[in-house]
Amino acid sequence: MQLWYSEEQTPHVEFSIKIDKQLYSGKSEFQRIDVFDSQEFGRFLTLDGFMQLTEKDEFIYHEMITHVPMAVNPNAKNVLVIGAGDGGVIRELTRYKTIGQIDLVEIDKMVVDVCKEYLPSTASCFDDKRVNIFYEDGLRYIRRYENKYDIIIVDSTDPFGPGEGLFTKEFYGNCFQALTDNGIMVNQHESPFYEKDAAAMQRAHKRIVENFPVSKVYQAHIPTYPSGHWLFGFAAKTLHPIKDLNAEKWNALGLKTKYYNTNLHRGSFALPTYVEDLLKDVENAE
Amino acid sequence: MDQQRAPIYEALVRFKNVRVVPFDVPGHKQGKETPELTAFLGEQCMKVDANSMKQLDFLSHPVSVIKEAEELAAEAFGAHHAFFIVNGTTQAVQAMIMTAAKRGDKIIMPRNVHKSVINALIIIGAVPVYVNPSISSELGIPLGMALADVEKAIIQNPDAKAVFVNNPTYYGICPQLKAITDLAHKHNMLTLVDEAHGTHFYFGKNLPVSAMAAGADMAAVSMHKSGGSLTQSSFLLLGKKMNVGYTRQIISLTQTTSASYLLLVSLDLARKNMALNGREIFSRVCELSQYARDEVNKIGDYYAFGREIINGDSIYDFDVTKLFVNTLKIGLTGFKVYDILMDEYNIHIEFGDAANLIAFISVGDRKQDLERLLSSFAEIRRRYKKDKTVYEREIAQDYIQPELAVIPQEAFYGNKKSILLKDSAGHICCESVISYPPGIPILAPGEKITKDIVDFIEYAKERGYLLIGAEDKSFERINVLEGK
Repeated sequence: MQLWYSEEQTPHVEFSIKIDKQLYSGKSEFQRIDVFDSQEFGRFLTLDGFMQLTEKDEFIYHEMITHVPMAVNPNAKNVLVIGAGDGGVIRELTRYKTIGQIDLVEIDKMVVDVCKEYLPSTASCFDDKRVNIFYEDGLRYIRRYENKYDIIIVDSTDPFGPGEGLFTKEFYGNCFQALTDNGIMVNQHESPFYEKDAAAMQRAHKRIVENFPVSKVYQAHIPTYPSGHWLFGFAAKTLHPIKDLNAEKWNALGLKTKYYNTNLHRGSFALPTYVEDLLKDVENAE
Repeated sequence: MDQQRAPIYEALVRFKNVRVVPFDVPGHKQGKETPELTAFLGEQCMKVDANSMKQLDFLSHPVSVIKEAEELAAEAFGAHHAFFIVNGTTQAVQAMIMTAAKRGDKIIMPRNVHKSVINALIIIGAVPVYVNPSISSELGIPLGMALADVEKAIIQNPDAKAVFVNNPTYYGICPQLKAITDLAHKHNMLTLVDEAHGTHFYFGKNLPVSAMAAGADMAAVSMHKSGGSLTQSSFLLLGKKMNVGYTRQIISLTQTTSASYLLLVSLDLARKNMALNGREIFSRVCELSQYARDEVNKIGDYYAFGREIINGDSIYDFDVTKLFVNTLKIGLTGFKVYDILMDEYNIHIEFGDAANLIAFISVGDRKQDLERLLSSFAEIRRRYKKDKTVYEREIAQDYIQPELAVIPQEAFYGNKKSILLKDSAGHICCESVISYPPGIPILAPGEKITKDIVDFIEYAKERGYLLIGAEDKSFERINVLEGK
């Protein structure tokens, strides 16, 4: 018997993982949720059939979306995470003793419940006493706050489902308002490679540029995401991701990581020419 | 009757299944002649764009499936009879006026009637008797007719044939429809109701009273607005004492003889859906719009008004399904916010005037889309809010009582000349001038132009109000009757 999970990454490209067994399948108010177990990638989570994380490569994504802003502003006290029901970002954040408050806004409680049961390696820190979970639409949550958060991490799904609102101009503007003067917003920024992803990436960049004085993009290699080449956005009111990198202080924390280090931090902002061109296209529009 | 049935829909399905070979119009031959259009609209759609025939009945003389569909619709709306209207609610409104009045007959109506009413008066030569709808100075919108004002008009014009009522107005305001209807009937006048924005009153719970429930004689209902049929399709409803055959003759005066089955079937299926699911649908819509109102009011400065504005008379009831937002306190006009929403946030709402926005909310809206609208409101306030409320003063202008010099028909068809607006005081106007705000006509054909009116139009131009109706879109010139 052969059982395969396949994701249609484009209408003409499929990515498949051989499955040992399906551990969970359910449908929430917002999406279909599945957890599989596999030989190669261990357990993995999909939403509406789209790959979210695997046990084997989730460290790359979660380290890169968390430690990059933390190394630029190691004094961050209040952190907001939007999306991220799998708990991976929370796990990385709780390693910083200096953070006083971690607010998590996840629209779909069922994702958190399922991850707690089937993906304990990422969903391990929800019980940390600094963590407050709000089950609501991130767009709704964020619009009431001003000057509250030092870091906002937007760990959204793709902009074609319940995560759509987290790629809009109004959302990024609301985030700007909710950030402190040294605030940083980091977001899942889609991929530059396949056409549809690249278009979403450009739209997101355009809307961030319209809202933030500092708007940079960095990359990581994530094997189970379409094309494996993935981007993150770094947007801030004042801080620059490289000039303001506090490598000394971050290294002094002695956090053990598998992917992130402060040299890679600098390098991850160096982008391939075609990606730079895609970004410039929307920066120069109008 | 069985509201699960949809006779026109069923007939079209049968028609499609027997694969009739068409040697009649429409000439696109079920879409085969027009590949680009067929690819765009879909084969299904083209195949049922059929001609009237025995199997599909005839709209101007219904005997089978359209007749049944009319009966089902009448039952669903609690009406004595329901006509399927395919030339827009405008045609339904005109049919009401033309049924009730002839040349020279008077009809009592609020000044903020839709232009289709004025146009009907022009066509048949009837005479309007205007009742002043008061204007809310706080919100900058026209309200409903007060009962005492209607009574005064009735007593002063005992020969009037009918009282015309908006239920609700464009801004969701309902007058005392039942009391007005009873009053009109006591004086042997008909009650004609423009329910272009009131379809859902027939199906939702805890919504304002509908015309048929209030005992009114005729109602024009835009099924395509909140009822879910295709644009341009509508119902005309009749009360018990009306003569169905005469109104059908009236409708035939202006109705196409090639009625679109796409429109007819959309009315048939929309009626079925409303009859079966309307209550649930509008309770969901009310929840969504209440949520939106609460959230808008939390943002600050914006005012999303609800039932608290009800005053027992000129605001007897209020349509809570829509989201009305007053923007005066952020120092921006409704037009401006409307434009920012579209240009910067890709959000299109129904309407913006100098002081208000209207967002149409339906069961098709997802919560996350509402969140986008609400967050955009918050962003617009953060980015654009002005300290000073520049528009507050001017909304509260006085109602200018129109003076009808000649009937609208005479003015419209009379010998006219175009003169400068600034020189027009004392002349008789041949066209309409409507300003938003306050959303009521400043002038209609046949009315005397006064200095106050000229001043108001100049002022509205200066303030950037939306002015419509005149031939000269810049409102520098105006058409007036020659020699008067």
